[in-house]
Amino acid sequence: MRIELSVNGEPCEADVWEGESLLYALRERLGLPGSKNACEQGECGSCSVLLDGKLVCACLVLAAQAEGHEIVTVEGLAEDGRLHKVQEAFVAAGAVQCGFCTPGLVVATADLLARNVYPSDDDIREALSGNLCRCTGYAKIFDAVRMAAASL
Amino acid sequence: MDVLTPRSLEQALRLKAERPDAVPIQGGTDVMVELNFDRARPAALLNLNEVAELRGWSRQNGRVWLGSGLTYAEAMERPLAEALPALAEAARTVGGPQIRNRGTIGGNLGTASPAGDALPPLLVCGAEVKIASVRGERIVPLPDFVVGPKRNVLAEDELILGVSVGGTESRQTFMKVGPRNAMVIAVVSLAVRVDGDLRAAFGSAGPVPTLVRAGLGDVDSFPQRVAEAASPIDDVRGTASYRRHALRILTRRALDRCLV
Repeated sequence: MRIELSVNGEPCEADVWEGESLLYALRERLGLPGSKNACEQGECGSCSVLLDGKLVCACLVLAAQAEGHEIVTVEGLAEDGRLHKVQEAFVAAGAVQCGFCTPGLVVATADLLARNVYPSDDDIREALSGNLCRCTGYAKIFDAVRMAAASL
Repeated sequence: MDVLTPRSLEQALRLKAERPDAVPIQGGTDVMVELNFDRARPAALLNLNEVAELRGWSRQNGRVWLGSGLTYAEAMERPLAEALPALAEAARTVGGPQIRNRGTIGGNLGTASPAGDALPPLLVCGAEVKIASVRGERIVPLPDFVVGPKRNVLAEDELILGVSVGGTESRQTFMKVGPRNAMVIAVVSLAVRVDGDLRAAFGSAGPVPTLVRAGLGDVDSFPQRVAEAASPIDDVRGTASYRRHALRILTRRALDRCLV
C-alpha cells in the first residue's frame, strides 16, 4: 500500500507492506537510517522519533498509521547545516561511544528540552528512562543533557 | 494483510462487523510486538488512531469517562491525575515516555494481561467497560470483562468504547514491584482505595487482576486477606511465594498511605 506523510518537514510517499513498522519504512523505504533498529519491542528507545510532536518508538507505530501525520527523525533536527544544540552537546561532552543509542537519546533529549528548559536530574532520568545505552553508564549522557539545557 | 482506517466510530463498528478477523490497533505497544516478531499475521488490522470519538476523557454525573484511546501520558496529566490518582500513578510506571505517549487504556483492556498496569486502579474505582458493535452497546463491569489470562468477553464484532470510573478524589494509591522503575512488567502490582470500605486490586498475582473488599474495621487483617486472595505462579519474573509476601507488605504500606 502507498502512504503519504510528512517527514522532517517534507511531504513524501512510500510503498509499504501493510504490517510493517514506521521504523522499517523510514530506514528501508525512505532512506533515513538515523533511527536505529534494535529491540523492535519498545524497550530500547533507539528508534525514537517525534510523531505529531510526541516522542514515540517508530518500531511500535504501524507505517500505515503514519499516513497524513508529521514525523521528525534525528536527521531532521539539524537546521541550515548546523547541528542541533543537543547534538553539539553530545559531541562536546563525549556522550557517544559506539553511537548506536545516540540518535534515540538525542531525539528524546530534544523532546525533553522542548518542554522543560531547566530539567532536574530526576527530570532527565525520567525523560530518558525509555532509552538504553550499553556503553557509557549514562554519566556523560547526563553531562550532555545538562550542557544542552544550559546552551538553550 | 489489509489495514482498515475508519474516520469515525460508526465506520469503525461497520468495518469490525464486516471484518471480524481484523485486529484493532491503537497505540500499537502490544500489537506491533506481535507483528515485528512474526508471532501474529492477522488477515487485517483495524487502525483506530483516526477515530476521534475514542479519545479523551470527561466528567459524567460524578463519574469519569475515559475513552479507550486515552494514553497513559494523558492519564498522568492534571486535572485527570487529581481525579484518579491511582490510575495516574500506575500510568507513570508503564514503560518509558515513548510507550506512555502511545499505549492506551483501551489497549490494556483489550490485551487483558494479568499484568496490565491500568487494571488494578480501574478495579478499585468500580470501572464499567462500555462495548459497542453494530448490534448496539453494552456495559460490562470490569471484574466480568476480563475472563482469563489475555482473554476478555469481547465478541468478534465488538470494540471497546471506554470505561466509566467512580471513586474520584478518594484516597487511593498504586504500587508496583519490578527490577527498575521504568520499562518493567510488574512482578506484582497493587491498587488500594479507602472510601467507605477497603478495596484492593492486584495484578501479576493470578490469572486475572482481582478485586478484594473489606469493611473499614478490617484494616489489620486486610493485608493478609489480600495476599490470600491471590493465586500467583512461579515464572521468570518472580516466585509465587515472593508475590504473596510482596502483596501483604504492599497492602500494608498502601493502607498507611491512604489512612493518613
